[in-house]
Amino acid sequence: MSKYIFYPGCSMESSAKAYMESLNTILEPLDLNLEEIEDWNCCGATEYLGLNLIPAYSLIARNLALAAKQMDGTKTVVAPCSACYLNLAKADHYMAERPALGDKVNEALAAGGLHYTPGTLDVRHLIDVLVYDVGLEKIRSKVVRPLHGLKVAPYMGCMLPRPDYQHRWSDHERPTELDDLLRALGADVIDYPLTTECCGGHMTQISPETAFELIRRLVADADERDAHLMVTVCPMCQMNVDAYQNEMNHFFGTDYHMPILFFTQLMGLAFGKQPEELGIGVEMVSSRNALADIGVEVPVTQDPSAPRKKDEGLPMPRRWTKHEGKEVVK
Amino acid sequence: MPQMTDERVRAGFARQEDLSLLHEVSMKTAGVSRLEMCIQCGTCGGSCPSAADMDHTPRMLFAMLRAGIREEVLRSNTPWMCVACYHCVVRCPQEVHIADIMYTLKGMAIKEKLFVDSTAPDFSQTFVEMVETYGRSFEMGLASRHYLKHFPMRLPGMMPMGLGMLTKGRMAMTPNKIKNIDQLHNILERAKTLEMTS
Repeated sequence: MSKYIFYPGCSMESSAKAYMESLNTILEPLDLNLEEIEDWNCCGATEYLGLNLIPAYSLIARNLALAAKQMDGTKTVVAPCSACYLNLAKADHYMAERPALGDKVNEALAAGGLHYTPGTLDVRHLIDVLVYDVGLEKIRSKVVRPLHGLKVAPYMGCMLPRPDYQHRWSDHERPTELDDLLRALGADVIDYPLTTECCGGHMTQISPETAFELIRRLVADADERDAHLMVTVCPMCQMNVDAYQNEMNHFFGTDYHMPILFFTQLMGLAFGKQPEELGIGVEMVSSRNALADIGVEVPVTQDPSAPRKKDEGLPMPRRWTKHEGKEVVK
Repeated sequence: MPQMTDERVRAGFARQEDLSLLHEVSMKTAGVSRLEMCIQCGTCGGSCPSAADMDHTPRMLFAMLRAGIREEVLRSNTPWMCVACYHCVVRCPQEVHIADIMYTLKGMAIKEKLFVDSTAPDFSQTFVEMVETYGRSFEMGLASRHYLKHFPMRLPGMMPMGLGMLTKGRMAMTPNKIKNIDQLHNILERAKTLEMTS
């Protein structure tokens, strides 16, 4: 059983719950033991770094200091989110590169009784550990339901392979780790040149038009190449491509329907887990049809915009169908 | 050849170079920024997915930094349009830490209140307030506060998505708070004092 220190990050508890659920199902088959950092805090995403320097790095370093306390046979911290991964790696790297920064951060940490010596930990992303530590051989050996016929666009995102302080990836612009992993699951991996293009990050919140264009490029390219779905390694990418796809369509007058799932969800499927265990079905752009093609049945979840199906509950005004203008018979 | 520069300056052909702004930005950036090494090749702007929406490409902005035109630099929307995808960073032949310099410029613009559009600075500040209060991010509180202030007209359009996220259990109604929040507060308070005096 390989042990790692685990930094989940805020979105694993909310918008990317499906990522966490599916990750939990593949730990046992792969003999992985992830030990969560006790009382970790938010990494500050891309927001805190733009406000001020020392508080931002101190916020990140608190996690590193706490993680260092939990070092017991392992010095690797695993983060499933690309932004968290980058922030943790960045703090570790810059605290060493600019000792003046490192000293100040440690002075701040001391106010909380903590200390972190840069270089103590190895900060790595989940897929890095799966591909390079667990290995594709082992992953392939656990596949009981190969994803033959499922055409997937491997979407690596931008913050994972770049800036790559520790030279962990095969390439900065066209890394192949995700492709290799998905192929090991039996999936039909399409050529996807935009694999490390940005999803827009926080631009959906501050300049939506900028974000919509970036999302459109990703979705349009996957669609043109006949992908059934996109596969991501990052909660932010999933959120932008999935939850904002509808708005993006509205903005450009397009009607793309490109589901995006976490790579752990596909791993779970290939390992024979049920869609319900893997959080499949909570995506806003449903993967139901895409997965039906390979014989996986996704349970129907209540769509809030669909007419009510139940008779019980509070009395509501009667609904009319768009086409007939007739009363809907419940 | 510094002597020659001086002669040119005296003759009125050139202005004495004032690199104080360049150095200030470089010093305020995490890590070794290598900003001084920029050779004005333009690879950054050519690699940038959001360059079309920027007032100045990163290359232009760095030329402006070198020219010392402080206010124009800090008023530029360029750092705010940076999506932090690090494409320019890995392609820069001089290995300038472009994305980190953008973070520095954002911080300077906020401190000197020189931004033109407050949407992005407000978003950062609201996000950070949530994190400082709870120790974790709180999407529901963040999104509702941000949209009410900056995109109230878009709120109705956002309702289906918000509802969907709620019913699918992808957005929490209440924030998660870390246990040792006092420790975090002490660290951040100390860090802020250090920031002021540095």
